[in-house]
Amino acid sequence: MATQVDSAAASEGDAFREEVRQFLAENFPAELKGKNNALASVEGPTEESDAQRQWREAMGARGWGTPTWPKEYGGGGLTKPQARILDQEMAKIGAFNPIGGMGVMMFGPTLLEYGSEEQKKEHIPPICRGEIRWCQGYSEPNAGSDLANLQTMAEDKGEHYLVNGQKTWTSGGQWADKCFCLVRTDRSDKHKGISFLLIDMDTPGVEVRPITMISGASPFCETFFTDVKVPKENLVGEEGNGWTIGKRLLQHERTNLSGGGSMARLMGASIADVAKHYVGTDADGRIDDPVLRDRIADFEIRWNSFLLTARRAVEESKAQGGVSEISSVLKKLGTKLGQERAEMAIEIMGLQGLGWEGEGFTDKELAGVRGWLFGKATTIYGGSTEIQNNIIAKRVLGMLDHQ
Amino acid sequence: MAILNEEQEMLRDMARDWASKESPVTEWRKVRAGGQPEAFSRDAYSAMADMGWTGVIIPEEHGGSDFGWLSAGLVIEELGKTLTASPLIANTVAASAIILGGSEEQKAAWLPKLASGEAIATLAIDESARHNPAAIETSAAGGKVSGTKAFVHEAHSADLFVVAAKDGLYLVENGQGVSLSSRKLVDLRSHAEVSFDDAPAQKLEGGGDDLLEQVLDRARILTACEMLGMAQAVFDTTLDYLKQRVQFNQVLATFQSLQHRMADLFGDLAQMRSAVEGGLQALDSGFGVARAATIAKAEANRVLHAISREGLQLHGGIGMTDEYDIGFYLKRARVLEASWGSTPWLRGRFAGISGY
Repeated sequence: MATQVDSAAASEGDAFREEVRQFLAENFPAELKGKNNALASVEGPTEESDAQRQWREAMGARGWGTPTWPKEYGGGGLTKPQARILDQEMAKIGAFNPIGGMGVMMFGPTLLEYGSEEQKKEHIPPICRGEIRWCQGYSEPNAGSDLANLQTMAEDKGEHYLVNGQKTWTSGGQWADKCFCLVRTDRSDKHKGISFLLIDMDTPGVEVRPITMISGASPFCETFFTDVKVPKENLVGEEGNGWTIGKRLLQHERTNLSGGGSMARLMGASIADVAKHYVGTDADGRIDDPVLRDRIADFEIRWNSFLLTARRAVEESKAQGGVSEISSVLKKLGTKLGQERAEMAIEIMGLQGLGWEGEGFTDKELAGVRGWLFGKATTIYGGSTEIQNNIIAKRVLGMLDHQ
Repeated sequence: MAILNEEQEMLRDMARDWASKESPVTEWRKVRAGGQPEAFSRDAYSAMADMGWTGVIIPEEHGGSDFGWLSAGLVIEELGKTLTASPLIANTVAASAIILGGSEEQKAAWLPKLASGEAIATLAIDESARHNPAAIETSAAGGKVSGTKAFVHEAHSADLFVVAAKDGLYLVENGQGVSLSSRKLVDLRSHAEVSFDDAPAQKLEGGGDDLLEQVLDRARILTACEMLGMAQAVFDTTLDYLKQRVQFNQVLATFQSLQHRMADLFGDLAQMRSAVEGGLQALDSGFGVARAATIAKAEANRVLHAISREGLQLHGGIGMTDEYDIGFYLKRARVLEASWGSTPWLRGRFAGISGY
């Protein structure tokens, strides 16, 4: 019996694969092969070419940029095995998903879980079509690791909320259309006084200032709210339920921040190739420094077991449904390894690996330096490593709070 | 945990149940007190054989169940948790050598006995204290092998040795031309120097030029499974201890410095599990075995090393006593870390496989 079911499923899979191939053949512009999308880029948006727009619109119309989201809100309505087939077929021809960003990675899944029917109908379809950029209004100058200490106030004015306060580290704030925000609706209770509010970035009273980081220009911004009027219908969930919704969203964020795939892309060439280029090889093709070779192998083994862990977490979450607290483990491991790799790359290159700008350095070398510096943020944002350790100890391991 | 099928879940649950009820660490204490050189309970091994664990990777036509390597690994992990002493790994890996390289006659002669537990086999590969399969001096001529093997695991109970000679692997029965000299290591399990002096031998002709490496990769992965079980047990025991031990009027688990150390180990353990399961899945799929085995054993070495040290430290003084089990894990850990590839050796192999 089992084999009959399996083969039925397999033939359905084959039919779907054929459908995907046909769609890609008809819609993916050859000139975009191997290029990634503007929306998901950390450096910020670039001018969208005709081909890019055409590809985004084709995927958006089909809902395949958000393949497993419900069809009724503009998603693809695909099963997970079908979504995997879509990924595989795109990878085969150098195509990519042109629809990404915080709306897809964090906000959308959270709104699908907690939003009202009206909110889902309003906000999910533009995310699926890749038309709207979202940014995250969480951290404040005095609410970093202690996020629940946030003070941005949303005062109930009957028709609307009046928002005053300051957010920081609003990644991509300067390019965003909308912001999902944690705001305070009640000063009397630290956690239950927090609500989850959606704010249009072009509302009067919203001001965004980019922050210059140790790595130079960055997508991070400060965002100021001065007497900003926000319609009541932009509240997600109940008033005072923002901490629960906000934490759920962070689990999606952590899963994405640690995601082996995106980290691997950020890391570029293998560290062994960097060593071969800058240190050289012996007659047998080995890195010409046995100590360095040993350290690289040590790193690569641990990196590989991390990638296997990320894959295992995906498989387990598919089997069990939804993201889990393993996201804290992945975030902690992935970011630490990423930093270790960047430090090693710089060390291997010597002073050539420390160029800031100008002559004498390749673009790759300069990008590597900025990446190394920017990468220091990864163990701080999205809940610092120390916060992840607290979460693992308390929620996963059941170690009690300090009495 | 890898996604298991129903069969595998049943096998895992059965092994977990048996190990915790029939073979807790107190059983190892009894074996130790008995002082026999083979250092395991024959009754326990018979029970394992009756449950089919000795034949998990052996084809059905030769008396096994052919459930695959992930299944074998699940059982071995559970047995590792309670430090169950047995030649199960040695026997399974030696059987795999016959499956990979044996003739039909050799398979028919040995696999049914190894599957039923009637006979026990083990590997005799290394000739010095450090794993180095590239430095084998044992020679074979005219159907006989001569050479000396160092620190052979489970040598005392072995009816059959899978012996590495310069030109390949040979089957040598314990008997004529075979002599053992015990080597008592800190884990107090069965180890011996085994000398072969014109011992009658049959070559394993199949399996290709890299048969030895294929067999060693199976030894690395299954050993890593035992190490995973041990690491999980040390972690769980330590966590329980931290939750009940009170100092300064507080349970130790409430101290943040200890919480963060446990969180670090938890992350390490997650990586170790992924690496070990990756090795088993590679064996079942037949794809990328050498690389996956290297990652599995290297991560098992790294993480069990860390957890066995931290576990003892976090137990404080009580962890130094023979009355507590934690020391057994530390001592067994180092023996397994040194077997089938130390960490530096595995890094060198990984670099070689990866082309740098």
